[in-house]
Amino acid sequence: MHGPTATADWISWPRVRAFGALAAAGYRRHSTYRQAAVAGATTNVVFGFIKVYVLLAVVAAGGAAVGYDRRQIVTFVWVAQGLLTVVLMWSWTELSERIRSGDVVTDLLRPLPPVVAYLAEDLGRAGQAVLTRFLPPVVVGALVFGLYVPGRWFTVPLFALSVLLATVCSFCCRYLVNATAYWLADARGPIVLWGVGSGVLAGLYFPLRFLPDPVAVALWVATPFPGLMQTPLDVLVERDGPALQCGLVALQAVWAALLLLACDRTQRRAERRLVLQGG
Amino acid sequence: MTIISAAGLRKDFTVRVKAGRLRRERRTVSAVDGVDLAVERGEMLGYIGPNGAGKSTTLKMLTGVLAPTAGEVRVCGLTPVAQRTRLALRIGVVFGQRSQLWWDLPLRESFGLLRHIYRVPSADHAARLRRCRALLELDAFLDTPVRQLSLGQRMRGELTAALLHGPEVLFLDEPTIGLDVVSKQAVRGFLAELGATGDVTLVLTTHDLADIERLCRRLVVVDHGRVVHDGTIEELHGRYGSRRVLVADLDAPLPAGFAVAGATVEAVEADGHRVQLSLDGGVGAGTVVAALAGAAPLRDLSVREPAIEDVVARLYRS
Repeated sequence: MHGPTATADWISWPRVRAFGALAAAGYRRHSTYRQAAVAGATTNVVFGFIKVYVLLAVVAAGGAAVGYDRRQIVTFVWVAQGLLTVVLMWSWTELSERIRSGDVVTDLLRPLPPVVAYLAEDLGRAGQAVLTRFLPPVVVGALVFGLYVPGRWFTVPLFALSVLLATVCSFCCRYLVNATAYWLADARGPIVLWGVGSGVLAGLYFPLRFLPDPVAVALWVATPFPGLMQTPLDVLVERDGPALQCGLVALQAVWAALLLLACDRTQRRAERRLVLQGG
Repeated sequence: MTIISAAGLRKDFTVRVKAGRLRRERRTVSAVDGVDLAVERGEMLGYIGPNGAGKSTTLKMLTGVLAPTAGEVRVCGLTPVAQRTRLALRIGVVFGQRSQLWWDLPLRESFGLLRHIYRVPSADHAARLRRCRALLELDAFLDTPVRQLSLGQRMRGELTAALLHGPEVLFLDEPTIGLDVVSKQAVRGFLAELGATGDVTLVLTTHDLADIERLCRRLVVVDHGRVVHDGTIEELHGRYGSRRVLVADLDAPLPAGFAVAGATVEAVEADGHRVQLSLDGGVGAGTVVAALAGAAPLRDLSVREPAIEDVVARLYRS
């Protein structure tokens, strides 16, 4: 579709500026819904308490749970509650709705590939969620239970990178799930499957280390799911040695690249066989 | 210079139709069936047809969002589908039933974003925005989130959004749909002014023929995916024999057997006190009026121009 000039143009300065402007727009779009942010953060905190007491009961029974001590488990839960809407595992149906209504035509009429435009806006949205949705549960967790303080100097920057990669991976998964609407007209089925599957397989409900080793390893290598939630959390609580800690983030990066490629291919294929809805 | 050219443009869709209880048959439907079109730079073209005639499908193929099944298309010297993102920088599109603005953001911010997306130098952007603000009276709602705008306000925003990157061709798909009379007039006035500059080629699809009469000299009528007329509005009237109608109220009944050259008595009503005559092309109403006045005392009269709606309705039905 794109000639060599268009590919070179991909990373030009104006493109970077357009990406930045779209990310800023994503940030502002989501800043307008303040009451929803308060309600959402409150819900995350309430569920944080429920989850933390369940997992603490497990730790109390055995002293430590699959390699996490008490403080690590508490941190795992509260940071997971904070990351939930940053990574945004559920509730993104914008693209599928636009495909269904035919509004996606206007996305295709822009001089920017839709995947790039949507990714930019999603990163802006995630930035906004860091302030309004990540901080409240983490602050509550820190005040009520006390959180794990990383011992390695590079853990916090590595965690930030890991969260960024988790957001990109999650965006790509959501994009692919939504893009099924190009073929199915209605993507609600795949979206429900994604909602149920991603929470369990990403380690949102319980740390994946509870699973038998072969299953956990298979999940990590063969699916992007652990990279959405479990990896950034394990990086932050220093569950593994430095080599594995960095290796898991590298694996996330590989998945992010593969998924972006998959999104690009899917979008192009959709455009070729596209029947745009509506007159 | 030709800016849009299409030759033998066709788009087939495969639909599945029920054939029996479980069986479904695939059937091919041609939405656009061999359209030839050449549009010169600066032209204002009206593209009309009944629902499902293939107007929007043609527009989507011209803008590169839909791949043609067969045929050649060039817009601004580019092949729309293959060079879609490059073409996007040179065309503007307004869909009356779609929005290209950001729902949650004020209009002003949508415009700012479009400047980055289309890589417009800020001086050009500012100049174009200033002009649109003045002509479309945007200032009152420039800081209102798009979701709170009325349809008329939003459409003025959409027009601005489509023009900020200085497109060579502006495609408008039913831009006045659902608008009130005042907003319609504002949109038409703006487009007329834009067309008069000759910088922008306008392609307008609409069901509101007043849009066409006001804006377009050239009219292309499509039906069942084929072009059934391509020419001026006058040519359309000429071709389909539309005639002016003279309605006269008389103080005394019209004598039976009244006839005048160049006019046909279409109806005699109110016991002969009201007559309707249709005039042949080239016949002056004065001659007919004089003949009428000689036959019976005239009280009142009016001449009705042929309505484009009537002609087009006849065309769609035929």
